[in-house]
Amino acid sequence: MTSKRHGGARGGPAPHPVRIDLERYSKAYGGVPVLRDVSMTLHGGRVHGLLGENGAGKSTLLKAVCGAVTPDVGRVLVDSRPISVGSPGDALRHGFALISQELALVPAMTVLDNVYLGRWGNRLGWLTARHDSRDFDRLLRRTGFELDPTALVRDLPLAVQQQVEILRALASGASVIGMDEPTALLTTTETDRLLDIVRQLAADGVAVVLVSHFLDELLSVCDDITVLRDGRHVITGPASEQTPDSLVEHMAGRPIDLLYPEPVPLPSTAPVLLTARDLRRGTEVQGVSMEVRAGEIVGIAGLVGSGRSETLRTLFGADPRDSGHVEVDGHTVPAGSPWQAIRAGMAMVPESRKEQGLVLGSAVRENMALASLDARQLSGFVRRHAEASAAGAMLRELDVRGADLTGPVWTLSGGNQQKVLFGKWLLEQPKVLLVDEPTRGVDVAAKRQIHQLLIDLAAQGMAVLMVSSEIEEVLGLSHRVLVMRHGRLVAEIARGEATREQVLSLAFADSPPVQDTSPEPPQPAPPHWRKTHDHHR
Amino acid sequence: MTITAEPEGGTLEAAERATTSKFTRLRDFGIVLTVAMIVVTLSVTTQTFMTTGNLVNLLDQAVVVGLLTCAATIVIISGAFDLSISAVLAVSAIISVMVTTHAGVPAGIVAAVLTGGVLGTLNGLVVIGVKVHSFIATLALSIIYRGLAVVLTAGAIVYPPEAQAQAFQALSQPTVLGGITAASLLFLLVAAVCWGVLSRTTFGRRIYALGGNEEAARLSGIRVGQVRVAVFAISGVCAALAGLVLAARGGAGQADMATGMELTAIAAAVVGGTSVLGGEGAIWRGLIGVLLITLIGNGFNLLGWDTLYQQVVQGLLILAAVGCDRLLRRRRS
Repeated sequence: MTSKRHGGARGGPAPHPVRIDLERYSKAYGGVPVLRDVSMTLHGGRVHGLLGENGAGKSTLLKAVCGAVTPDVGRVLVDSRPISVGSPGDALRHGFALISQELALVPAMTVLDNVYLGRWGNRLGWLTARHDSRDFDRLLRRTGFELDPTALVRDLPLAVQQQVEILRALASGASVIGMDEPTALLTTTETDRLLDIVRQLAADGVAVVLVSHFLDELLSVCDDITVLRDGRHVITGPASEQTPDSLVEHMAGRPIDLLYPEPVPLPSTAPVLLTARDLRRGTEVQGVSMEVRAGEIVGIAGLVGSGRSETLRTLFGADPRDSGHVEVDGHTVPAGSPWQAIRAGMAMVPESRKEQGLVLGSAVRENMALASLDARQLSGFVRRHAEASAAGAMLRELDVRGADLTGPVWTLSGGNQQKVLFGKWLLEQPKVLLVDEPTRGVDVAAKRQIHQLLIDLAAQGMAVLMVSSEIEEVLGLSHRVLVMRHGRLVAEIARGEATREQVLSLAFADSPPVQDTSPEPPQPAPPHWRKTHDHHR
Repeated sequence: MTITAEPEGGTLEAAERATTSKFTRLRDFGIVLTVAMIVVTLSVTTQTFMTTGNLVNLLDQAVVVGLLTCAATIVIISGAFDLSISAVLAVSAIISVMVTTHAGVPAGIVAAVLTGGVLGTLNGLVVIGVKVHSFIATLALSIIYRGLAVVLTAGAIVYPPEAQAQAFQALSQPTVLGGITAASLLFLLVAAVCWGVLSRTTFGRRIYALGGNEEAARLSGIRVGQVRVAVFAISGVCAALAGLVLAARGGAGQADMATGMELTAIAAAVVGGTSVLGGEGAIWRGLIGVLLITLIGNGFNLLGWDTLYQQVVQGLLILAAVGCDRLLRRRRS
């Protein structure tokens, strides 16, 4: 097999801007429609954003415009010619490339081998590496990436692996590149770099299609935006005509308040429920002391690696502590075992619901019951009716709609999964709630509900200690903001006095304080503000 | 169920849910259908299959593998493997013979069960203590236990004294219940208890949670170490009971009893549809697997086929069953 590739423009700019039309596209899985009668047009040389709540069908639409699924009804036209796509090979020949969140690279192979994966330059099966190298150099010049072709992909950071996928798409002559939430796991600097790359690809003539949850990001990089709701097309139009509020309204079908709900003022007599004194663990937590009172929401801000999540984990006993003292409502909590912390009245919604929070293959009700099994048992047997009614009532209270109690929890949307996780702990009725990233990967409506939930729980007398990468969330919900740096609490700021800039400058070691002189250009986003996942699957 | 699904029209969630439940049903159906087909085929093609005598015999043949499959199923659901069950079986059987010789049959039975429990607990403690994968830990331990069996018997076959022989072999005798052997009743009882524990108790829930996501289980306040050790202890006791049955049948114990049968038990558990990844499965699935494997041997006998080919056919059927299961199973991605 020879190494012929589509487009004839290996490494060079695409010859003319491509035009992709979806005509009355419908797609159903298992009899349930996911896309209904969607028509839209994409143009080469433009960045097109796809937006919708979880379950609206945006990922399926992305696959549709990238030829990764076939329509039940309707058709796809490339430059006004209808095409049919039956395999990944067909999709490549038509110039489609899809970069999903789980990157499709071979970790143990080099960058060069991955870029030409399966299409290595060869003569009768014998590899001719020189050919690939020359083409690779051309691609680097075209994109401005700095990549070592001999590096092993598994040694590269996620953001660089993404670049390898982009190069592979370009090497195959792709004229349409779709990306599914490409920035979800990147740090802020990496995100900015990726968005630059996206703009550059478009300037190069490629049609780039982006799915993202981040409204600001889409508004800043996209030329056009399409919003979906329940599988239906709501609007396609220039990004310049949209605002975050208008987009949210299109997504939800009703206006949703993007402002944070106001926490209930704290009575001065509120008793202290959580006390930590000189908590230490390795280099991550170096002498943290704090108190959280009943009804109070305390937010911890800090960079990734500042020890904010580790502080929560050490308080809860998820990680053993080297030294220090923890009390809940006056009772000492022994170190290093979550079950003892739970018995003392603590609960923790962990950072990663998939890896630490939920048993994904188990039923919703079994997940909800997990932390309070002993509360509904009779000589060791589960009281199943009590469990079903308790879990059902909790689901209604948390407004988890359309969830089957006996269905596996992984079939739920991110927002509903997060609510199930909260529900698990609310069935346990803790005094102190530790929350790590309460709204990560959650749609706008659910996010708003979770914010209200946190405020309601505090109002009912719970002590809430929250960690979030979203600084606005910390500022918006907390009575008090703690800033962490290098394993230490470096500042405590009361509600209303904390500003984003102040918190940022405190969170950065040795960074100069932000000037008060306004107006100033937008603050360059700090590195590592957003968190990358340890276990990327 | 008091709550019924109320799908929001047209969301992806609903779509996934619909596909999932459809596939789940199909999957359950698949393995049951395979077994049912074999049963029907044997009923039609032979005069002897559907006779009380043969069915009683079939059940009796299933007992040892069946008990081991109960052990394997529970351990696999908890997210581990126990490769030592056949070695625990041998040691327990030998201990039962030796204690019977000195203190009588009841003491021998108690000693065997205790041995199984102790060795199983040791397995669990090593797995949580050494923190190597249970597959490796129990493989090493099984070699040690086999060696122990050799040391105890000095390589010979051990018999209970003449006077005790009949009582010792009581488990293998038919009972008044239609000639079903005492061993079969023991097996049915153990299976029922394991079934109840897994599906109805808080302990069972903890086992599923541990196998499904150990970290989530731990952070939900489950003492994962305790559950892990308890599961291995149960596995050891089931193996010891299987050892008692096998020793009763042969009227003796020896070091190489049931060699390799742990793999048959794991195969039976997995063929039935228990996920090797943990967190999913059920005792009844293991029982279906045991039935399938036992039926193959029974069918060969009844049809008068050359048993030379039995293992090849057994392997192929296991592969086919697991292959179908894989096709019908839509793993979460």
